[in-house]
Amino acid sequence: MINQLIFAYFAAVIVVSAVLVITRKNPVHSVMFMLLLFFHIAGVFVLLNAEFLAAVQLIVYAGAILILFLFVVILLSVERESQAARANRFWPWLAGFGLIIAGEIALLVLRGSFPGEGKMAVQVAGAGVRDLGVVLYSKFLVPFEISSVILLVGLIGAVMLAKKKTNE
Amino acid sequence: MPDMQQIINFIITIGIPVVVLLSFILANAMYLQLMERKVLAHMQSRLGPMRTGWHGLLQPVADAVKFMFKEDIIPAKADKWVFSLAPLIFLVMAFGAFVAIPFGPDTVIFGRTVHLWVSNLNIGVLYIVALAGIGTYGVIMAGWASNNKYSLMGGFRSAAQMISYEIPMAFAIVTVALMAGSLNLTEIVQAQSQKWFIIVFPVGPVAFFLYLIAGVAETNRAPFDLPEAESELVAGYFTEYSGIRFGIFYMAEYMNMMIVSLLASIMFLGGWMPVQIFPKLLGGIPPISWINTALAAIPPTLWLLAKLYFFIFFYMWIRATLPRYRYDQLMTIAWKILLPISLGTLLVAAFMKQAGWM
Repeated sequence: MINQLIFAYFAAVIVVSAVLVITRKNPVHSVMFMLLLFFHIAGVFVLLNAEFLAAVQLIVYAGAILILFLFVVILLSVERESQAARANRFWPWLAGFGLIIAGEIALLVLRGSFPGEGKMAVQVAGAGVRDLGVVLYSKFLVPFEISSVILLVGLIGAVMLAKKKTNE
Repeated sequence: MPDMQQIINFIITIGIPVVVLLSFILANAMYLQLMERKVLAHMQSRLGPMRTGWHGLLQPVADAVKFMFKEDIIPAKADKWVFSLAPLIFLVMAFGAFVAIPFGPDTVIFGRTVHLWVSNLNIGVLYIVALAGIGTYGVIMAGWASNNKYSLMGGFRSAAQMISYEIPMAFAIVTVALMAGSLNLTEIVQAQSQKWFIIVFPVGPVAFFLYLIAGVAETNRAPFDLPEAESELVAGYFTEYSGIRFGIFYMAEYMNMMIVSLLASIMFLGGWMPVQIFPKLLGGIPPISWINTALAAIPPTLWLLAKLYFFIFFYMWIRATLPRYRYDQLMTIAWKILLPISLGTLLVAAFMKQAGWM
């Protein structure tokens, strides 16, 4: 009972702050609501007994990625950003796609069961850091390595994009 | 309707530890300021505060009263919400980290076994690292919301510095976790019952050294106090703060110092384990064995506190001794010196662990 109440609180704050992230005109406020969002997602992980994921959620997303967002956003002029157009001319299309995806999710939830290995992932994540590490480096080694390669590609891509062009 | 027994249990397991911890932290946050002023003063051949109470002993009380009754000014062009939230984020993150710290082994008080922690988290170290990372937001938000060039510069410097030094610090912590085989702070202390991690050659001293330097930088203290360098930036990110909000920043700085010092004692100096002089080599010979017995008789919590205050004194000592670094030197130290060393240490530690030498 009390768990469900806590979950309801987390879920409500997650939804509300996620909406506020995209509707605030001041970009710094958007980042603040995103921080709130990450905190409550970490809270949901704690509720699932996945303490490690909660800590990683805070360290990686809140402690590293969002700080970099904030770094860039703070350099923007708040006044100009606040007056800028809120969307470009494709917004009806995008809203439509969003509705379709939301409908699919709702359908899945209403059906009540998820196929595949989702349950196992939840069990492993709740079991502790050691088991998570063992599973990650044995059963899921290939996906794990592939995701690190993707991250590396992203990193190099960012450096290439930001590099000054030199004519030699 | 919960019965009486449940309520009493709740008070004993959560209420009392939280109250004790809070009063401990607050008393420390107040009196460490006095300690710092006194230590710095005596190192510079001055006396420091002398007027309020015996040798300035009531100075923190006077300061606290002043903080509370001063006008709390919010600049007209400041972002009010962010401006008032920033010190709170900083403070809550500093407070929150204490929850995971064990202050001693289970002790029997009034016929009841008491745990000297509020929460024994399995991911204790990670939890503290995560909260330290969030604390950065307080600084950068304060800098931005003040709508002041100096504050913004201070906030930027601080955020860049904290992000940079978090990496070698995290690697030093991971090295310790590897040596102990756990992220739980209590288990990390227990793993050191035979040998403190600082004397596990060769990785122990190096990781300790890395952690110590990164810890000074994480808390924005001299010689890494660029974010609040008064000769360039007035007071850095809290230039515009006054009254109790300024007091909060001031107190939170000392709380962060305590966290870093406590973690250093727990991870490298054996936490609440007593100091022993060559326990295996000369432990049986009378004069030394007497001293060892006497040292082991001191309560464990006092040992932890002694180590804590040793580190805090060490920080003040550094502040009185070393001049401030230049900003580019600061970044060079983090990325070109500390980071490679920390990666190397981690590799060596992993190798030693796998080879069974540890």
